[in-house]
Amino acid sequence: MKETSSSSTTKISWFVLLVIFITIALSLAAIIFAIEAFSTGQELVAGYLLLIGLLAAALSTYILFQTRKRMMHLRIKSPPVTTTIECKKCGFKSAREFKRGDYIFKEVEPCQKCNVNMLITAIYREVKEKKEKTRF
Amino acid sequence: MNELAAMTALQNELLQLPGGDIFSQIVTIAFYVMFFVFMFYGQKINTYIMLREVEGSLYKLKYLRDEGRKIAVETIKEIGKAETDPTARVNRFLEYFTISPQSLDPAGVVWKLEHILDVREDRFKDEVKLMAPAADKTQTNNLENTLEAAMALNYIYKVIRHFYLLGKKTLSLYIIMQIQLILPLVMREAEAYASALKAFAYGQPIGDGAGALVAAKLMHGQPTRKMPKDCIVATVPIEGRTAYVIKAEGPGGNVGKTGDATKTIIEENKGKIAAVIMVDAALKLEGEVVGDVAEGVGAAIGGPGVDQFKIEETILKYRIPINAVIIKEDIGDAVSPMRKEIFDSIDTAIERIKQVILEKTKEGDKVIITGAGNTIGIS
Repeated sequence: MKETSSSSTTKISWFVLLVIFITIALSLAAIIFAIEAFSTGQELVAGYLLLIGLLAAALSTYILFQTRKRMMHLRIKSPPVTTTIECKKCGFKSAREFKRGDYIFKEVEPCQKCNVNMLITAIYREVKEKKEKTRF
Repeated sequence: MNELAAMTALQNELLQLPGGDIFSQIVTIAFYVMFFVFMFYGQKINTYIMLREVEGSLYKLKYLRDEGRKIAVETIKEIGKAETDPTARVNRFLEYFTISPQSLDPAGVVWKLEHILDVREDRFKDEVKLMAPAADKTQTNNLENTLEAAMALNYIYKVIRHFYLLGKKTLSLYIIMQIQLILPLVMREAEAYASALKAFAYGQPIGDGAGALVAAKLMHGQPTRKMPKDCIVATVPIEGRTAYVIKAEGPGGNVGKTGDATKTIIEENKGKIAAVIMVDAALKLEGEVVGDVAEGVGAAIGGPGVDQFKIEETILKYRIPINAVIIKEDIGDAVSPMRKEIFDSIDTAIERIKQVILEKTKEGDKVIITGAGNTIGIS
């Protein structure tokens, strides 16, 4: 199988970047020409140039941000996972970040209070969901 | 006709503006050009728009596929301490396929399917052992699950790419449309497998393990014995009844053959079982709450259907009533690290099981409680 680097997908193409920046440069030039045309009394030409310049600048900036946004979305999120440790004798409870090798009902370090081995009683992740307003 | 009238009206309005005659001519020509372009090439333009959409998703799928492979290789290197680079072997593994048995004559197809799945599992385990010789049993199971998630991502990417390229080649709207229509669901599944990758690599309990966790909580502190295949059973006194609690052997990623284990317990007791209660995670419908517990009848067990078939065959032979308790979650929750809502619902599920036992059996009866699902991260 052909070996592909994961970074190749996340990189923005140089050609796309070049086109975007050339368009931004040309739109800026159009705006400058529009100002010049306005100062020389050619209001109609100035209006057209301003319209073209602003439209091109807005469009290229939008495409640039969209491309960056798409790259930002390309991440595998690993949510924080919590491990709860409990002492079955005295009921002392503590929570910490999940460590590789943790599993539910695994005996871990002794309790700080009664020196009896504690037990992993829960491993979970918490999700903060936006509540969507719906009638149903 | 309405469009033409509107265009004429617009043209007249524009004529009244300074420099309006040149501008209006340009606008009129543009309108006519657009009208004819859309009339003759509307479908093609639609096809290109759909292709762009599929292409965007394909980028993401490619990224997920590559990351999946990277995570699998890194985990194997870290845990397995292989002497040689496992990348080539992982790449080969990702291309493995399984041919389902011929079902023209459906009699006996379950046993053929079971055999094929057994061969597949043995082959996977052997491959993982070769890739990661230093891995213990738990780690081998976790690695196998990680590789299966990477394999699923590779397959999804290849199927979508196939339709994308086929659509591009033929420019057929209908080829592209069928993939574009199901794309949101495919992407959800791919994202679920991507989050499963890290959970499997680290050995974290996943949402699918809800059933196994219920069984683990019930049997905790009781002696267990091994059952065929990759399962354990504990005899637990519940509400004056004797409960045989079955689950897959953990804490490695493993679903076991709970069907075989349930059948063995029923046969051992010569069918004198008052009720079989199955607990499993089940896919919720949109609008339902994650972690909701529901009760019903039937064999609550997923997978290719072999275990469900065996349980149904055995309970039919001895006319044993079967009850099911399910914990609701969506596909993303099922394969990603267990959500707090699902974890919190375990006690509710246990309460429901006890209620079923009290209502459906008498004191001194024997019951079987089977917790189905992947027992990764659960002892």
